[in-house]
Amino acid sequence: MASVAVPKRSPLSEALKGVRLSAADYGSIWSWIATVDHKRIGILYGVSAFVFFMLGGVEALLLRVQLAQPDSGFLDPDAYNRLFTMHGTTMIFLVVMPMSSAFFNLLVPLMIGARDVAFPRLNAFSFWLFLAGAIFLNASFFTGDILNGNLGAPDAGWFGYAPLNLREFTPGHGLDFWMLGLQMFGIASLAGGFNFIVTILNMRAPGMTLFRMPVFVWMTLITSFLIIFAMPIIAVALFELTFDRLFDANFFNAEAGGNPLLWQHMFWLFGHPEVYILILPAFGIISAILPTFSRKPLFGYAFVVFSGIAIGFMSWGVWVHHMLTTGLGTVANSAFGVTTILIAVPTGVKIFNWMATLWGGSIRFRPPLMFAVGTVAMFTLGGLSGVLHSMVPSDFQQQDSYFVVAHLHYVLFGGAIFGLFGGIYYWFPKFTGRLLNEKLGHINFWLMFIGFNLTFMPMHVSGLLGMPRRIYTYNGEMGWNLWNQMSTVGAFLIALSVLVFLFNFFRSLRHGEESGPDPWDARTLEWSIPSPPPEYNFKEIPTVSSRDAFWHQKYREDETGKIVPVLAGGAVDDEAPEDEAEGEHGHGIHLPSPSYMPLIAASGFPVIATGLIYDYALVPVGFALILIGFFGWVLEPATEEE
Amino acid sequence: MAHATAADHLQTSTGLDNRKLLMWLFLASDCLFFGSFIAAYLLYRGRSVVGPYPADLFDIPFTSVSAFILLMSSVTMVLALAAIQRGNVRNMRIWLFTTAILGTLFIAGQVFEFTEFNHEGLSLSTNLFGTTFFVLTGFHGAHVTVGVLILLSLFVVSMRGGIQQKDSLAIELAGLYWHFVDIVWIVIFTLVYLIQP
Repeated sequence: MASVAVPKRSPLSEALKGVRLSAADYGSIWSWIATVDHKRIGILYGVSAFVFFMLGGVEALLLRVQLAQPDSGFLDPDAYNRLFTMHGTTMIFLVVMPMSSAFFNLLVPLMIGARDVAFPRLNAFSFWLFLAGAIFLNASFFTGDILNGNLGAPDAGWFGYAPLNLREFTPGHGLDFWMLGLQMFGIASLAGGFNFIVTILNMRAPGMTLFRMPVFVWMTLITSFLIIFAMPIIAVALFELTFDRLFDANFFNAEAGGNPLLWQHMFWLFGHPEVYILILPAFGIISAILPTFSRKPLFGYAFVVFSGIAIGFMSWGVWVHHMLTTGLGTVANSAFGVTTILIAVPTGVKIFNWMATLWGGSIRFRPPLMFAVGTVAMFTLGGLSGVLHSMVPSDFQQQDSYFVVAHLHYVLFGGAIFGLFGGIYYWFPKFTGRLLNEKLGHINFWLMFIGFNLTFMPMHVSGLLGMPRRIYTYNGEMGWNLWNQMSTVGAFLIALSVLVFLFNFFRSLRHGEESGPDPWDARTLEWSIPSPPPEYNFKEIPTVSSRDAFWHQKYREDETGKIVPVLAGGAVDDEAPEDEAEGEHGHGIHLPSPSYMPLIAASGFPVIATGLIYDYALVPVGFALILIGFFGWVLEPATEEE
Repeated sequence: MAHATAADHLQTSTGLDNRKLLMWLFLASDCLFFGSFIAAYLLYRGRSVVGPYPADLFDIPFTSVSAFILLMSSVTMVLALAAIQRGNVRNMRIWLFTTAILGTLFIAGQVFEFTEFNHEGLSLSTNLFGTTFFVLTGFHGAHVTVGVLILLSLFVVSMRGGIQQKDSLAIELAGLYWHFVDIVWIVIFTLVYLIQP
């Protein structure tokens, strides 16, 4: 079935010897490197994000070991600073965002009835540039004297506040790698954001109006808009930092009259929309899971969608609540306190809609639902502690304490990571054809749920008892010992749950129960095609006439309003398209050809960045690679000529 | 230039071409990019603790001429698009090339201005004015340079017969980008050069 995509190569990729892509080597490594298939790119995103999830997790465990007892000498302060900086940066930019991108890639075209995204090669470019930035960032570890235990990583926190981020206070190259790595990552996200907006607005199947789209697609659309407007702001902040650090400019140099607070304003003007960039995809995922496992449509679809849109707009007006203690004055503090209270309203609307979806449903507590319900519960707790921060006097007490660490982990781990795990359990069968083991799934969930709460619930207490965040050790008589020990034990329970997940994942890939196309009796279009989906997704582009399109193919209401199955409804046609047999002269499905150009273009960026730090001679080489990549890209045919 | 993509076989849901929508989204995003740099410039205006200050350096007549050149390049860009939409490949080439030349003249003016300022003692690290001025106008210059590169590439492709009336979208997209960069210059020229504290 893959033979519909016999690739047409450009002269340049032709020159790459020994590289011939055809249907026969669908599984070869070159076919992954040159792939423009949204499903494969989704898998690449997911696998990379998971690798970084484990890396960021190990960093967190090291921090927790250090904090397990007072006056510990396990890590020196310098290594501690570098590890918490890398932990935060990794989890936000290299785990939650790309894991969300994995779901966008895997699901959006399938959910709207499309054969691929609008710009398949731009999509591949996004992935490779993300990976380049991620590897570049982690390469910073090796810039120090690592054999003697001196790591070289950045050490100014994931927010990299000025003036701490200037060369004077953070010498060494760690922060250079951080700012240039994030810059690459930002460009990759921008490209992805453009791509998904165009895909969602322009590539919907006939009848798939905006208000028939699954909520996950809506959340992807809102997230993508946030990305394209938030990323340029952090790009500018990072450019300003780059000029300050590498070319002696004065943006954040107080001596020359510069204002270091400018960095905080720009960082959080990006950073607060970013929080919703991290959480909205998980909201979309659980909005798919909850209806399926309660066998009811999502309660208040329009409310969920419009509150998502409201969050998207309001997220631009709350950034100062990260800066209430910076002395902006009572007027600014009160105004942003109020907007912060207000943004809790649309979020609360969603939570009530999810609960109402479960209410009265015939609920099946399968692993995806466990994680989804966990998301709702944990995110609610995180949201409540967030509202406390909008009370300015209360925030003055909590600022920079472990209470904030507890809050942000309840939102980003309890909200986003739980939701993403739910998504993995839910859609694993769609892309592998096998179910993840049910029993291990429950063990995974409960270990993670208990471990998570054991780690972060005590941080509320240690924070209220006055424990500041980012300290590498503390005095044993502060009354923080017990709470820190609990957190450390919890962190290892989370690690254990991730190991259970990995075991489940690899075992189920080979030995999992075969799922068939629609194992959950689900509602959206991706379940109407075989598992794993064929390369062309839909043999015929479906015509949509309602929300939950696939559900309505399977069920209808009889005269009494009872829901009855439609005879032969939802049968999955997994025969390959007939016109494939007609070969190249028929009107077969034309898929975009594989291309190396996105990788070549993306590879120029780390070369430029390395050149900026070490040797300017590399900079033109990097630009040349980008130009070759883009020119090759534009001039090669996108699909096989008819 | 514009090759068929898989999407071309289908009509888009909005009726707007994918590539055109992409360009509009990119430009919307780029507004935030320039907006942030302009905000930094305005924030630091008049706050330099040492000279040289803007009033010591700016040569308004000179920059007005180069701004005028860039504005005129938008006119020639419109003429290029109008030509190819009528199917007149020859005129399109002439106007494309003229636009690229005008863009290059603008860049040359900027290089000259940067060198002059530098001779008079302003560098990236001299003061806040040097930092914000060079970075803001430098990024604008980089945008114009990319634009010139796009125009010249289109010109070369068209010399090899690659752009016909049906491919006018490629010229339209380049035009959208070019006009945007032009508008940004109007904003920068007004805020940085004309309105001084």
